[in-house]
Amino acid sequence: MDRFIFLTVDGLTRGVIFASFGLALVLIFRGTRLVNFAQGAMAAGTLYLAYSVTQETGSYWAGLAAAVVGGLILGALIERVLMRHIDPSAHLNAVIAALGLVLVIQAVLGIIYGNDFRAMKLPFSRNPYSIGDQPLLSPYDIFVFCVVLAIMIGLAVMFTHTDIGLKMRAAAFAPDISRLLGVNVGRMLTLSWALAAAVGGLAALLIVPTEFGANPHSTDLVFVYAFTAAVIGGLDSPIGTVIGGVIVGLVLSYVSGYSDKDVSAIVILAILIGVLLLRPNGLFASAAARKV
Amino acid sequence: MQFFRTHTLARHAALAVIALVALVLLTYALPSFRNFQLATVGAYLCATAGLTVLIGQTGQLSLGHGALMATGAYSFALMANQLGENGSTGFLLVIVPLLVAIVVAAIVGGLIGLAGARLAGPYLAGLTLALIIAIPTITTTWDGTLGGDQGLSVYVEPAPASLGASFPLEQWQAWIACAAAVLVMFLLANLVHSRFGRAMRAVRDDEVAARLCGIAVGRTKVVAFIVSAATAGLGGGILAMQTQSVSPGAYSLSFSLFLVMGVVVGGVGHLAGAVWGSLLLVALPDLTSSLLDHVDFSASAASKLDGNLALLIFGLVLIFVIVTAPRGLQGLVDVIRGKVRRTPGGQALATVPSTTTAHPQSTESSDV
Repeated sequence: MDRFIFLTVDGLTRGVIFASFGLALVLIFRGTRLVNFAQGAMAAGTLYLAYSVTQETGSYWAGLAAAVVGGLILGALIERVLMRHIDPSAHLNAVIAALGLVLVIQAVLGIIYGNDFRAMKLPFSRNPYSIGDQPLLSPYDIFVFCVVLAIMIGLAVMFTHTDIGLKMRAAAFAPDISRLLGVNVGRMLTLSWALAAAVGGLAALLIVPTEFGANPHSTDLVFVYAFTAAVIGGLDSPIGTVIGGVIVGLVLSYVSGYSDKDVSAIVILAILIGVLLLRPNGLFASAAARKV
Repeated sequence: MQFFRTHTLARHAALAVIALVALVLLTYALPSFRNFQLATVGAYLCATAGLTVLIGQTGQLSLGHGALMATGAYSFALMANQLGENGSTGFLLVIVPLLVAIVVAAIVGGLIGLAGARLAGPYLAGLTLALIIAIPTITTTWDGTLGGDQGLSVYVEPAPASLGASFPLEQWQAWIACAAAVLVMFLLANLVHSRFGRAMRAVRDDEVAARLCGIAVGRTKVVAFIVSAATAGLGGGILAMQTQSVSPGAYSLSFSLFLVMGVVVGGVGHLAGAVWGSLLLVALPDLTSSLLDHVDFSASAASKLDGNLALLIFGLVLIFVIVTAPRGLQGLVDVIRGKVRRTPGGQALATVPSTTTAHPQSTESSDV
């Protein structure tokens, strides 16, 4: 029972991180109908930026700030310089361009930093506080929950209560009409990419240091987890993605906690196949109208 | 000439025979290392040809063809080692493992294809991405059979004695690889020109319209995936044979993306483009590493650049091609030749699904 509670807490912590990474995917998907396969590589980029800044200044917080600002710039840059110039009627082309970006970013990181794992600093201890004999939350877990909650509330408030959020939603759902009404749709797209890159980078910064450390490929698996979370939510729904992330986190935590080998990647593959075969539009989708 | 223009099968067969004879003659002119590279091109071509048909003709993007090649490679290794232990020799030791590689990859491809038949673009791409990411875990989970991170070594016999005692193994394997690649190209070219090929393009362009015409959309997609997986399995088997080893590190996400790049650079949907792509996949890393040999770097810088430089160039080429010339090299060749192919099947080949709107003139004629 002790172990179960411990694994649940651990799964929740990892799950909310996957959820926020998944939110980054949803942000771009809603605006462009594109699953951004470069999200993982972009997050690896901001991760190394945080690593370098923390190395230079000795401060975790400077690294964190650098990751967020760097993410905003990187995302906006990629949208303006690359994605905007791809024929919008060609869906595969945008996916392929994102895949090219994966190769470029990972290669550049490999050339600058090499391909070995680099241990990263944590701002708080990972030793859990105990209630009675039961180890529960660690200070780092609490930090993770606070950051993720801040991201989610921030995004929710922005999209529902601000002018710019309304414009972004309008640009995503009815680009032509929004354009007629004076919304700069291109700028809203740039903003979506910038926000997504920042959120994805932040999520990677929360999870990678708790595993093997920074590596050009350290976010590949995180991307798959987050993609699965977003697919469970239907790729379109922020709330569904959060629930999906928590499900993924819990399942992975239980499986790796109760089996002696690390089979997370196989389990996630099985979940993904299962969800896609049974509910291709996500667990929470109502029957969608087919567009002919 | 009129005969070859009207008889597609005869034309393809003649081309295949000419290509095979030319390639066999070429192997006599090449040194061993170049023959090894030629065999690698052949192995890659099996996979990229299958992939270009899948992406270009049915519009299904698979990032998992590296995984399917790995399936073929592991199947080849296990079967060849088993046969070697049982004392099998000769041609049997090549043919049976290759057949097993094809069949196992086709079965795995069928399973993915079943899921893929229900899915639109990004879902299938994500699913196949998850597959390729799971490979290292799969090999370590069943490390008793698959050898974990180290992988397996593959039992391979020297070239047949009938060719002469000192006949180089590399040349013999180049023959096998070229024969396999030519066979794959021949079969796929016919498939593309067949009733099934038209069904694939109909499904790609409009699923609802295809269904109204009586095409079984799901079955068409699954069969296309199985065919494509089988060719990838064959390519993987040949790669295992010529490198005499198979390990998860060789079939990373980057490798799968390389295959996609080979397809895109050549021109999605073009079988001829797959040839360009596979040549590039072998030539570019070779060029970058020989370039690095000539420039004086410190040891650590050289180790970082090694491999990564090729990755970087691949990525940049991929982005450059997709932004500036989405129809790839073969599309440029067509433009330079200044003519559109005459046969209806070939015409549709020249039209990438995603770029139909960009080339209204070719869309019109493909509707004929």
